[in-house]
Amino acid sequence: MSATVRIPTPLRKVTNGEDKASVDAGTMVEVVESLEEQFPGLKARICDDDGELRSFVNVYVNGEDIRFLDGMGSAISSGDEISIVPAVAGGS
Amino acid sequence: MPHVKCLRCRECGSEYPIEPLNACEYCFGPLEVEYDYESIAKAVSRKSISNGPDTMWRYHDFLPVEKESAVDISTGFTPLIHAKNLGNQLGLDNLYIKNDSVNPTYSFKDRPVSVTTTKALEFEFEVLACVSTGNLMGSVAAHGAKAGMKTMVFYPADLEQGKIQGAAVYGPTMVAVTGNYDHANRFCSELADNHRWAFVNINMRPFYAEGSKTLGYEVAEQLGWKAPDHCVVPGASGELHTKIWKGLQEFNDLGLIENLKTKMHLAQPEGCSPIVGAFETGAGHVTPVRPETIAKSLAIGNPAAGPYSLEVLRETKGTGVSAEENTIIDGIRLLAETEGIFTETAGGVVISSLKKLVEHGKIKKDEVTVAYVTGNGLKTMEAMGDFVTPIETTPDYETFQTALAAFQKM
Repeated sequence: MSATVRIPTPLRKVTNGEDKASVDAGTMVEVVESLEEQFPGLKARICDDDGELRSFVNVYVNGEDIRFLDGMGSAISSGDEISIVPAVAGGS
Repeated sequence: MPHVKCLRCRECGSEYPIEPLNACEYCFGPLEVEYDYESIAKAVSRKSISNGPDTMWRYHDFLPVEKESAVDISTGFTPLIHAKNLGNQLGLDNLYIKNDSVNPTYSFKDRPVSVTTTKALEFEFEVLACVSTGNLMGSVAAHGAKAGMKTMVFYPADLEQGKIQGAAVYGPTMVAVTGNYDHANRFCSELADNHRWAFVNINMRPFYAEGSKTLGYEVAEQLGWKAPDHCVVPGASGELHTKIWKGLQEFNDLGLIENLKTKMHLAQPEGCSPIVGAFETGAGHVTPVRPETIAKSLAIGNPAAGPYSLEVLRETKGTGVSAEENTIIDGIRLLAETEGIFTETAGGVVISSLKKLVEHGKIKKDEVTVAYVTGNGLKTMEAMGDFVTPIETTPDYETFQTALAAFQKM
């Protein structure tokens, strides 16, 4: 069993148009590593040189912002749904 | 659109064509409209603007759409009122209220939505959509109706009735999402990836945000082509704050005003003040919060323009202020009782924050100060609570006189 990552439009060129990916991972760090293995170059789009999420990338696990969980250390379980969403949305 | 060059990522500078896109594919930074300012400079003057219509479209050269196709329900050029009574109470001689609650759908949102609806038609979208804390959805529904588009509006289910009914009347498809605004926003960001809808504040955001610049232009023009010393602006996503500043900067750069030194203050409710919180701790980034405030139009815990709003605060030597929750209604009533303007909770936050800024010595007595009132009080009646105690009388003279005497003793 694995978790599902929903791929946003800005990343779909890297994923050859795929809008979903499956990952076997226990933490968000491992999710990113798994995505990078499947789609080389993806990590650099969402993480800075220190491996931290870029400031305009929001990540949610089952709808919860990982900044309310344990950030990149957040635990991932089988069946979880992970969303990567551009922060630039909403409000005025 | 003679003055528009492209979209450009504010973070890494990557260029994109003029398309419904909001985030950079390399770094996820926000895309912004890049203008040809030399071309704008040739096209505009104080006179050409003054001769324009009495709406926000007098500034069409600064907006990323074709003027001829503007979807206009007569938005903007709202009153700037010298608030002498409120000024007296607070100790300010030159206080002005920018009353943007008198727009067609009773909030400033008509400005960005007028621009976006126009752009959505240029892109040949058939559906106009938004995720809203309340004011935006009324504006989207109204502009969609005017433009003959289908509209879909998403909102957190616990919104005020005035905002729900005030949007529903224009005939949109209403979608009540469980959870708070940030949940609805995340959901809609993903929906926008999979539907060809013009989500005004998601995929259309670069164009949408530009409409709010007109609140900077208008105030400068109405002050006699001068920037104020202080602006006090309500903060939700932080975008209004940054765009009023951008508007003032553009006017200054083009020589329409001079000597721009405005301090751009930001007002948030205590129960949802992530940008003010970062300002106060000196943090370089904004940490999201879970909103718990009666000012639902400002209840964005994860503010999209938070980092830039923080930059504007620091660059202009402005102050981030949070209004205690129990002072928001006081702010609404103070404005109503002194100036005859009934604002919603966001305006209460602004007035309460303005009071704090004066008390803390951030605004001097003679300095020109503009407080932005961006939404109408009739939309948030629930928040007012039970504050009415009428004199009760039968329709006869004696009973009334007795009741009046008793009332006056109270």
